[in-house]
Amino acid sequence: LCGAKLSNCGNDFQWCFSQVKGAIDEDVAEADIISTVEFNYSGELLATGDKGGRVVIFQHEQESKNRPHLRGEYNVYSTFQSHEPEFDYLKSLEIEEKINKIRWLPQQNAAHFLLSTNDKTIKLWKISERDKRAEGYNLKDEDGRLRDPFRITSLRVPVLMPMDLMVEASPRRIFANAHTYHINSISVNSDHETYLSADDLRINLWHLEITDRSFNIVDIKPANMEELTEVITAAECHPHQCNVFVYSSSKGTIRLCDMRAAALCDRHSKFFEEPEDPSSRSFFSEIISSISDVKFSHSGRYMMTRDYLSVKVWDLNMENRPVETYQVHEYLRSKLCSLYENDCIFDKFECCWNGSDSAIMTGSYNNFFRMFDRNTRRDITLEASRESSKPRATLKPRKVSTGGKRKKDEISVDSLDFNKKILHTAWHPKENVIAVAATNNLYIFQDKIN
Amino acid sequence: MFTKGTKRKFSDPGEEPASSGDPGPAAPSAAARTLSSSYSLQRQSLLDMSLIKLQLCHMLVEPNLCRSVLIANTVRQIQEEMTQDGTWHIMTQALAAAQCPADRLVATEVLCRQTDAAAQAGQSPKPFSVVGLQEGYHSEEVVMEGDVETEVTMSSLSPLSPQLSSASYLTGPFEVGPCWEEEDEEEDHSESSEPSLMSEHSRHPALEELFSDVDPSYYDLDTVLTGTPKMGPYDLLESLSSHGPTALSSSSSCRSDLNELDHIMEIIVGS
Repeated sequence: LCGAKLSNCGNDFQWCFSQVKGAIDEDVAEADIISTVEFNYSGELLATGDKGGRVVIFQHEQESKNRPHLRGEYNVYSTFQSHEPEFDYLKSLEIEEKINKIRWLPQQNAAHFLLSTNDKTIKLWKISERDKRAEGYNLKDEDGRLRDPFRITSLRVPVLMPMDLMVEASPRRIFANAHTYHINSISVNSDHETYLSADDLRINLWHLEITDRSFNIVDIKPANMEELTEVITAAECHPHQCNVFVYSSSKGTIRLCDMRAAALCDRHSKFFEEPEDPSSRSFFSEIISSISDVKFSHSGRYMMTRDYLSVKVWDLNMENRPVETYQVHEYLRSKLCSLYENDCIFDKFECCWNGSDSAIMTGSYNNFFRMFDRNTRRDITLEASRESSKPRATLKPRKVSTGGKRKKDEISVDSLDFNKKILHTAWHPKENVIAVAATNNLYIFQDKIN
Repeated sequence: MFTKGTKRKFSDPGEEPASSGDPGPAAPSAAARTLSSSYSLQRQSLLDMSLIKLQLCHMLVEPNLCRSVLIANTVRQIQEEMTQDGTWHIMTQALAAAQCPADRLVATEVLCRQTDAAAQAGQSPKPFSVVGLQEGYHSEEVVMEGDVETEVTMSSLSPLSPQLSSASYLTGPFEVGPCWEEEDEEEDHSESSEPSLMSEHSRHPALEELFSDVDPSYYDLDTVLTGTPKMGPYDLLESLSSHGPTALSSSSSCRSDLNELDHIMEIIVGS
């Protein structure tokens, strides 16, 4: 399980600050709020999407010989406007340009491809490098103006000249008009040819080449909308079996579907639900059971779900309960009424696996994020803050005091800043490097190489 | 934020719902039939809060369907529980009676007859801010300490503020339902063989109004009009069945100004 490159599998991670991207201003521009973070398959590229519809891609620079104890840094590779705000005239409603999800395609040639989506439209972007330029065309000038053909007296062969590296992003496909409701997930299939997109009530299957057609594979919209009590909250393709996908619901259930069974996968192959604990039942039980994220392990044997207070790991072969449950911030259970009132109870936290599936990570409030080691069962709370942003400074574990007496360095539940929420985190697929989005800032932390 | 949280529990008959830090005065027989007033007030304020949230979602850019569904389910749960212990019926009757401004004043007066603390809670200008709720909770706890025999009366069920009374939301045509409601008379609504829990309650006039808001079937009309067949087989069938002038003409706007107008008209007409 512990590869040579990875540090100890135990909670002997020593997370150090590496970099922070984004404005330092206390005044956060709404458009700058990061709404999704995703490493590509090699970890060389790190993409973020924001509420303003922009995508920023960072590239891992090579390690410098001078400072070998540092893995290289991530620097801006490409920035582009992925989605623009639109107006739906029929409904008189704005369609937000906020990027809900970015998913990379596996790399097949020199260019990189990613899918980005807002509430309604998915786009396939090609990011390619250009470091040469052809000079000496016959039919046009250097500035592109067409030359008068009669003036050309001789022919020459254009020559490729080096130029400053330019990274271009161009939209190659636009997959539009297939979702009535808000898209919450996209997931690239293991066949690398298809992908799924899920909104509140439906899931569609697309072919990457075809934009004017998609297959509807799940539809939970009731005939009578008055009967609507459950929505789809997340969906993902299995990492190895291209016929299998899962989707989670607002009632805390996960359905695994096999596309070979039927064209419309309204009947699940497996149904995952943990029986409710009657002693903790309250009016908020359903809301906090709503699953905000579902992620398969890299091995494909497990999946992880995030609900409001916990993260659960499920064995795909066992439907009646999770194999592991981790409490993220149980101290919030007694505050549910206030959190309902200020809408925080509806915050959708994501979760992620490390490359070897031995650890999982998810965010919390007050710019805290939590990591759980599945082998040692140890957990740690860390904070993404400017204060602990000294280069290579080791992050200090944080603790929230739940009892009456607050120890030194602990923070009480009532002092937590609920506006500082960490909803999006990502773990490098091969190394112990993590990216944590704190509102408009992106923090990158690395494990100290021993 | 609250310094002490309050845990809400289903009221099992014979089991007294617990409030934090309170071992609970032993009154088993009273508990069997009568909920503690603080619990019912908390439940009521939760209901009011939920209804306001549902109403407010109309004014947003586009309502978050997941959030709306979860809030609506919460309202339904509260309503079920209140129906089970008989308080729902009492409340809706009281609120129906309090429709006219004059009656609302009466309700306020009835509140005033209670202790000052309760009246203060009732008169709180901002009952739905955290501070207001806090005051509401604390004052109610003060009131109820020595008053085990307080029955669940009509006045104690009155909402915290007359202006924001549940009456506006539950009765009358005030449409506070989530925007996903579809009014599509063209579609064939076949009788479902098993009456769902929702349909039982939708017979209740109050909830009918609650969820009567419209999710325009012009969601599907949109696709048909733009002429882009970018949907699966089921989408296409749906859009075909919903296409037609009825869909447009029967739709009412989610917008609150039109709702206000309807509401005022109803009062004037006196239905």
